[in-house]
Amino acid sequence: MSNLRIIPRLDIKGSNLIKGIRLEGLRVVGDPQEYAIRYYEAGADELIYMDIVASLYGRNNLSDIISRAAKNVFIPITVGGGIRSVDDARHILRSGADKVAINTAAIANPSLISEVANRFGSQAMVLSIEAKYISSGKWEAYTDNGRERTGLDVVDWVKRGVELGAGEVLITSVDREGTKQGFETDLIKQISDAVSVPVIASGGMGSISHFIDAAKVGGADAISMADVLHYNRLTIGEIRSSALEAGLAVRRI
Amino acid sequence: MSKKITLLDYGMGNLLNVARAFEHVGAEVKIAETPQDAVNADRLVVPGVGAFKDSIAEVRRRGFDDVIRQFISTERPFFGICVGMQMLFDVSEEFGTHKGLGILPGKVEKIPEKTTDGYSQKIPHIGWNSLIKPDLIPSWRGTLLDRYEVEHPSVYFVHSFSAVPTIPSDRLADCVYGGHRICAAVQRNNIVAVQFHPERSGNLGLELIDSFARSF
Repeated sequence: MSNLRIIPRLDIKGSNLIKGIRLEGLRVVGDPQEYAIRYYEAGADELIYMDIVASLYGRNNLSDIISRAAKNVFIPITVGGGIRSVDDARHILRSGADKVAINTAAIANPSLISEVANRFGSQAMVLSIEAKYISSGKWEAYTDNGRERTGLDVVDWVKRGVELGAGEVLITSVDREGTKQGFETDLIKQISDAVSVPVIASGGMGSISHFIDAAKVGGADAISMADVLHYNRLTIGEIRSSALEAGLAVRRI
Repeated sequence: MSKKITLLDYGMGNLLNVARAFEHVGAEVKIAETPQDAVNADRLVVPGVGAFKDSIAEVRRRGFDDVIRQFISTERPFFGICVGMQMLFDVSEEFGTHKGLGILPGKVEKIPEKTTDGYSQKIPHIGWNSLIKPDLIPSWRGTLLDRYEVEHPSVYFVHSFSAVPTIPSDRLADCVYGGHRICAAVQRNNIVAVQFHPERSGNLGLELIDSFARSF
C-alpha cells in the first residue's frame, strides 16, 4: 500500500474556516488561507476543503478561496460541498482543485459519478459519504451535511459508487465528527474491505492513538483531521513522527 | 537566462496548476491553444491527468501530435507530466488499446492488482512515494533529478496505469508499489517525463520544475 496520507480538513462557511461538532454548532476558527499555508508548510500530504453550507444553498462557493490557495499550496486539493454537475466540477477543478468530493448530488443522481469520472478521470472523483450508525454494525448514508436520511446502507452505497467510477472514498462519521473521541474504526474497516480504491477516514480524531487505530484497525489509506490541528492540540510533524514510531509508513520529509 | 515555458492546452487535466507552479519559480508561462502558439517554444511542457484515450484524442484533434514530434526533433527541452509522459509511448492498454505518439518504445499497462506477495492492492496508486534509481542509472547527477541524488524524496503519484519502457536505459527513476517496480520518470536526450506530479509534490516538486525551467 501507499504511504498513509495526513490530510488536514478545512470546513468552510462563507469566507471563514469553521469547526463544528457532529457537523453542527459551528465556530469560526479563522482565515482559511492562513491555515492552508500553515499546513502546507508543515508537511500536509493533501488538503480537503468542504463548503459545509453549500448543499443547503445549492452551490459551492469555494472557487475564490481555492484559487487563492492554489497560488501558494503545491499539494493536492480536494473540494467538496454543493457540487451538482459536471460544470460545477469543471469550475472547481479550474480554480485549482485536483479532485471533487461529491455526496448529496451523487445520491440524488448516481450517474453524476460516472459523468465526472469519465470527463476528468476517476482520480478526480471522490465519493464523499456521511455515515450515521443505525444498529448491529450497520450505518446509513446521510446528505446535506448530516441532516437528511437516505435509507441507503453505507457499504452497499460505497460499492455502487466505486463501480460507477469513484476513484477514492471520503468517509465521515457524523457521530464522531468534532467529538475528539476517535474514528469509527469498524465503519472504516467495512468500507476499506468493501472497495479496492483508497479510503480517507474522517471524523473524530482527538489524539495520536486515534490516528494509529484508523490505519491499523480501520485500514484507512489516508486520514483527515481538523480540530486537533486547528486548535494546536497536535502538529502535523508530531503526527508524522508518531506514525513512524508506530511502524506506519508515512512520507518522510 | 530566459525561463520561458510553453504549456500545451489540450483541454484536459491539470494545466493551470502546472502553470501556477512554473510561475511560482519565476518562469514566464505561455499557454498554447493551437499548434502555431507552440512552434517557437523554448521549452515545451505537456501536462496531463486522467484518461489516456481522451487525452491522446484531443492532442491529435488539435494537431499537437506533430507539434510534439517536431519540437522533440529540434532538441529543445521537453517535459511531460503523467499522461503527458504516457502518450510518448507506442501504445496504452487503458480502456482498450490506444496508439500513443511512438516517440519512446514501450507500452502503458495497468498497475498490477496484486502485490508481489499475492495480496490485493489499492488501485489507483495515490499518494507520496519515494523515487529510486533504476539498475542502469548509477547516479542522477547532471539530470533533472540532480537535487534528489542524496536523499530519495517522496513525490505525489496518482495513476492506475504506468509506462513500461522497452529500452531500460530510458528509465530515469522508479518507485515501488506493492513490491513492483513502477517507472516514475524517463529521460532520453532532450526528453524528460515523469509519472508523478511535480506541481503537487510540495517544495521538492517545485525544485524539479525550477530545474527544468533553467535547463540547457
